[in-house]
Amino acid sequence: MPRYFTRDHEWIDVDGASARVGITAFAQSQLGDITFVEVPAVGAVLVRGDSAAVIDSVKAASDVYAPVGGTVTAINAALEDAPDLVNSASESDGWLWDMDLADPGEVDDLLDAEAYAELVAAL
Amino acid sequence: MRMLPLAQADRAAMLATIGAQSVDALFVDVPPEAVLTGPIRDLPFHASERVVERHMSALSAQNLTAEAAPFFCGAGAYRHHVPASVDHLIQRGEFLTAYTPYQPEIAQGTLQVLFEFQTQVARLFGCDVANASMYDGSTACWEAIAMATRVTKRNRAVLSGGLHPHYAETAATMARFAGDELCVLPPQAVADCDDAAVMAAIDAQTACVVVQYPDVLGRIPDLAAIAAAAHAQGALLVAVVTEPVALGLIESPGALGADVVVGEGQSLGVGLQFGGPYLGLFACAEKFVRQMPGRLCGETVDADGRRGFVLTLSTREQHIRREKATSNICTNSGLCALAFSIHLTLLGGSGLERMAELSHAQAVATAKALGTIAGVEVINHTWFNEFALRLPRPAHDVVEALAARGILGGVPLSRLCPDRADLADVLLVATSECTDPEDIVALSDALKEILA
Repeated sequence: MPRYFTRDHEWIDVDGASARVGITAFAQSQLGDITFVEVPAVGAVLVRGDSAAVIDSVKAASDVYAPVGGTVTAINAALEDAPDLVNSASESDGWLWDMDLADPGEVDDLLDAEAYAELVAAL
Repeated sequence: MRMLPLAQADRAAMLATIGAQSVDALFVDVPPEAVLTGPIRDLPFHASERVVERHMSALSAQNLTAEAAPFFCGAGAYRHHVPASVDHLIQRGEFLTAYTPYQPEIAQGTLQVLFEFQTQVARLFGCDVANASMYDGSTACWEAIAMATRVTKRNRAVLSGGLHPHYAETAATMARFAGDELCVLPPQAVADCDDAAVMAAIDAQTACVVVQYPDVLGRIPDLAAIAAAAHAQGALLVAVVTEPVALGLIESPGALGADVVVGEGQSLGVGLQFGGPYLGLFACAEKFVRQMPGRLCGETVDADGRRGFVLTLSTREQHIRREKATSNICTNSGLCALAFSIHLTLLGGSGLERMAELSHAQAVATAKALGTIAGVEVINHTWFNEFALRLPRPAHDVVEALAARGILGGVPLSRLCPDRADLADVLLVATSECTDPEDIVALSDALKEILA
């Protein structure tokens, strides 16, 4: 299953017409200790670039943007009691939401792992 | 602090952004009669401090103050007895830390008081959580509407006709720029609140209904019924309390189903002053805490496990979250909150109840005395410490005639609703534990004389 990245430091695993979204290890390291995660409602319809989730850390409350458009099909309920999963496992158990893609073609505009690594290296 | 003045290029960029030709163009709406074209003419010559003091004393002696006269004015600001100990205690050194306590290591006194203030407000309003205060009741009311739009992701609010018109005007000013739609029901000088009209105005796009309790005429709306009607449409109920002393006797709005409760805290500890500074109160259900505006103090432990207090959830505030903050308020009314908290602590639950009983009893006695005067009608079916009278003449004229007799007899509704000729004969009369039987006799006798 291919993993893509955004310039706003989200990752997205795309499996055909559905996908799982989270924030990158780099993003969580910049935020510091995460205290609360506000995920979108199941059924919410997102347009690419919409603010879909909010992550509160001891430093800031930051928006997470939808990497592609689509409909939210599931959220990571474990984050309600354990928001620190986004710190300890940002690119696995700390996922944020699952979605059905509105337009799989939007994936073409995302970064691959190599391009994202270059982006982070340049920061 | 470094001063970073704007360069011409900065000014030009800012003017271009807002579409103004020049800085002077920002002031074209100032009426010509208010524009100074040169030095102020005909000013008196300078005088010594002693002479100026005498002059100012003579001017202030022309005032008729709440303490110096039988006093029945309310309409959102209430006279209560504030013990001298409140003013003494608020000046103690422990409280002289920065009013916006970013640094817990030097501001434990202030933080602990704000934490206790929040606890008192939450209990008084029947809510899970309260913030460290807002500017005043009207801005707290707008913040509640704005919060409801964030929570529900809808942008329409229904405002009861019983909401203080100044609160409705504040909301209208803010809504104009926030792009929210307000459905403002007109005030009605009738016996009962407009609960039915409020409930009928709630639709599936409504973020919240705003209901004052007791309302601007002193009537008590049925909050439980309105809460049920709001919740059935997915809307929130915002209850507004302009006289928190009432909650010593009547059920708290939170217990009746209000999701957000806001109010004016001036009644306790603060005093009438000159219409401000006052104290905005804000409380809500815990599930909305992350959408709540303003400062919030929390209890925690330090590195050694000792109890301490800090600001919490400030990542949602403007100084960190910039334009995505929950609100542009990034402060609190620290000194007024301190006075409120100390006064309420001195009263305790039973003291507040007693104060409310006395205030209500004086209102009952006043209504009974005034209601027997020929041509005077008590409009309300229910009230706490304030009620509305219909007079046979414009209330404004009657109030002026009373003032000429040394009596501050109430607030004409025309002061709040200047465009409503049909409300010109309505007078709002408020009492408190400071109302003496002689005050009631004085008002009643003078009113008889004026209306005879």
